[in-house]
Amino acid sequence: MPSLNQLSGIEIRDKIRTQEISSEDIVLACFKRINDVESKINAFTEVFEKEAVKRAKEIDKKIKKGEKVGNLAGIPLAVKDLISVKGHQTSAGSKMLNGYISPYDSTVIERLVRKQDAIIIGTTNMDEFAMGSSTESSFYGATYNPWNLKFVPGGSSGGSGAAIAADETILSLGSDTGGSIRCPAAYCGVAGIKPTYGRVSRYGIIAYANSLEQVGPISKTVKDSALVLQNMAGKDPKDATTVDESVENYLDIIENGIEDFTIGIPNEFYGEGLDPDVEKQVRNAIKILEKKGSNIIKVSLPHIEYALPTYYLIAMSEASSNLARFDGIRYGYKTDNTDGNFNEVFSRTRGEGFGPEVRRRIILGTYALSAGYFEMFYIKALKVRTLIRQDFLKAYEKCDVLIGPTMPATAFEIGTKLDDPIQMYLEDILTVPINLAGIPSMSLNCGFASNGMPVGMQIMGKFFKESDIFRTAYVLEQEMKYFKQRPDLGGY
Amino acid sequence: MKSKVDSKFTPMIGLEIHCQLNTLKTKLFCSCNAQFRGEEPNTYTCPVCLGLPGSLPTVNENAIDCAIKLAHAFDSKINKRMYFFRKNYFYPDLPQNFQITQYNKAGGVAFADGGTISIKFDNKIKNIELDRFHLENDPGKLVHEGGDIESSNETLVDYNRSGIALIEIVTKPVIESPREARIFLKKLRSIISHCEIVDLTKDGAMRVDANISIKGHARAEVKNINSFKEVERALKWEIKRQINKLKKGQETEQETRNWNGKITTLLRSKESENEYRYFPEADLVPIEIKQDWIDDIKEKMPELPDERIARLQEEYGLKEYDATVITEDKEVADFYEECCKLNENYEAIKNWLMNDIMGILNEENLSISSTELKPKLVDEFISAIDSGKVTTKIAKKYISKIIKGIGIKKWMKKQGVKKITDKEKLNELADKIISDNPDVVEDLKKKPKTFQYFVGQMMKATRGQADIQLTRKILKEKLKKYMK
Repeated sequence: MPSLNQLSGIEIRDKIRTQEISSEDIVLACFKRINDVESKINAFTEVFEKEAVKRAKEIDKKIKKGEKVGNLAGIPLAVKDLISVKGHQTSAGSKMLNGYISPYDSTVIERLVRKQDAIIIGTTNMDEFAMGSSTESSFYGATYNPWNLKFVPGGSSGGSGAAIAADETILSLGSDTGGSIRCPAAYCGVAGIKPTYGRVSRYGIIAYANSLEQVGPISKTVKDSALVLQNMAGKDPKDATTVDESVENYLDIIENGIEDFTIGIPNEFYGEGLDPDVEKQVRNAIKILEKKGSNIIKVSLPHIEYALPTYYLIAMSEASSNLARFDGIRYGYKTDNTDGNFNEVFSRTRGEGFGPEVRRRIILGTYALSAGYFEMFYIKALKVRTLIRQDFLKAYEKCDVLIGPTMPATAFEIGTKLDDPIQMYLEDILTVPINLAGIPSMSLNCGFASNGMPVGMQIMGKFFKESDIFRTAYVLEQEMKYFKQRPDLGGY
Repeated sequence: MKSKVDSKFTPMIGLEIHCQLNTLKTKLFCSCNAQFRGEEPNTYTCPVCLGLPGSLPTVNENAIDCAIKLAHAFDSKINKRMYFFRKNYFYPDLPQNFQITQYNKAGGVAFADGGTISIKFDNKIKNIELDRFHLENDPGKLVHEGGDIESSNETLVDYNRSGIALIEIVTKPVIESPREARIFLKKLRSIISHCEIVDLTKDGAMRVDANISIKGHARAEVKNINSFKEVERALKWEIKRQINKLKKGQETEQETRNWNGKITTLLRSKESENEYRYFPEADLVPIEIKQDWIDDIKEKMPELPDERIARLQEEYGLKEYDATVITEDKEVADFYEECCKLNENYEAIKNWLMNDIMGILNEENLSISSTELKPKLVDEFISAIDSGKVTTKIAKKYISKIIKGIGIKKWMKKQGVKKITDKEKLNELADKIISDNPDVVEDLKKKPKTFQYFVGQMMKATRGQADIQLTRKILKEKLKKYMK
């Protein structure tokens, strides 16, 4: 018998509904697991034990009385520490926001927690301001990969990925600006989807690069991701970039199969530098899809060769503006030495409050937006972005989904890339094209490399066709059953 | 007379006018109440206008209505695809350290381009061309406790104003003198007040920056011209400064200067100009300004100043000058017309309103609506004069009370201005006035209306205190032999 906290979100939902278990049971099981393994993993920046147990009891009472409860009633949820939760610290993993208590809820929290009754058990660790692929740059220390504690969990939503892999929570939320959901999902051997840009409200999400990022679930199973997404997606009047496109009930269609699907294999995803172990597992998965009746074709996305510099120019430019508000006047970190004029105090505060990677990106982004460089860098990057989007649109004329590896290799050892930003940026080479295009993409575990670390594959869909991704991923998951494998952290 | 040397130096002035859309119920990018004046600091705020982490702007479409209205009034060309840019700079009153605005470079467009405002002076009409106008948000307000920016020990920030909608109007550098600038601004004010998009009585509702150059030389931007009235003074001073510099054989420099109420001083030289790093605001999607929307607003356009000036001349027999002055402020013009509905002595209403009543209001910096002044009080007052119950002298004494809502009758009673009902006294006085004016008596034979003159003389002699009924009766008896 697996421990309760090892069950999927769907299983927990059903057991709570039928009153086989209580919400309190599962919340307590998660906190027991956190107590057992968190000292090794460091997935959380804060846990809300008292509040979560209290809320679980309230929901249990409602269920006992037969009152109506939300679709996620009583299920534990861990949220990345850049998603504003009213009354709790939202720090984005930065010293700059250490002690900042958000006075309001983000829309995703309003929907999943206040409306659908999920229970927040804590906030998860991340690279500072979501800038990184390893969750090593957090003010609250690095997070460790549950499959091998010497390795990074990926980033920037590494806390969410690790918490899921270590069964510390049932559901989790991450955010993905250039791969920050898919990278930790791949490195931690779990599922995670970056929805179409405009699918999920960004209201209350601390911005890094606002034209690129989306919130999405990281979960144990494909169905769990579908469950979370369908309960938080959809137009939000508070976010002008959300699109008024109806949200399908993904769980209703997820088992429909893929017999009528054409699946594209973009050449450029299998180029030089791809770890042979990774390629082998992804090719294996493609064979399964073929066996399951879908039509496999080769496609080309010629401009994604330029995706990485394009992404970094846009992301850093936006970051330089998005992070300008952190000046110590209204909230967050403020330097002790307030001598001098406001410019001097702002600079000192920002110099002390931001870590080196954040400072680097702000400085580069500021430079790229400056007069004389703006046309050469930012405007050019926007043009390439359009070309990349067109590449994808063209591919989707023939295909329903595209398949490629999520990351060029499996997780790397902690500390090995921290001092080499270029090596760190190269990690994102296969994930950033998706954010530039705005399309949805899921990372799913498709096996293990010879070093025992999980391999992630990406299933990329058409705009607002997350349903196609879920159908494809579900077929693979059910065939491969890797989701049943768990890292051995002891403690049971 | 202009000296020969000065005529070589032609000033070129362009104005940038910020109008606060303070008639809107909510701010530009959030649903906070926009009627923040006089309220406790930092109580009219939300995560959006405080720039809290994670907050996002959404556009108040009523602000777009205002902008469309203005485009109709100026005959500007609306850019049908509207989008915002970020203007990045660090300042403590700006919670995000960027302003959300529209930009006409770097792939951006203003809300509307072109348009003209025609002004009339020295018997000629000049069309002042506008370059563009756009929507943006106001920053918060710095409060320098116990002094000014230099002397105070601490500066507090009030974000109640943060996020209030502004429209910035930019003229081409076609204004040739400070006087022309003043006349232009008066006209602009009049248009804006007729569009009812700005409550001009509120402090800081309209703020002006000026770009000044001498033709062929570098321009200076003058900021912080706090009051509308100071524009002319600031411009005069700055033009003189630039001409003096050129006369000495020096060049003017591109710079930003500060008007301190007396002189302009250097704020920033070109080298240290802010680098604003304008780029598109991705949190707001482009908004299509559809033709239907534009047409809808056009149908609901109010009467604009030029039409109104013409109508006032026609309907009330006003001179063009008077009609223009009255129309400068919609509220005043509306009030004038309300009075005219009650009383047909349009000329007298105009005189008393423009000379006396507005004088008092301006002196005390009040608008009509902020006082107890009502059309029926003006009617009562003008009628009292016309019927001879009140002399000019008494009227002048009374007029400051009209804005306090005190009617003339009530005031006279309170003042103890009592009627003279002594028949004998009035008889004596009537005899004296009739014998003093033999030529008017002659006139009376032809024009019975001249009778009113004698009534007036009686009232004057008694400082308006003679009982009007009795006076008329006595005069009629004495003069009826001359009247048909």
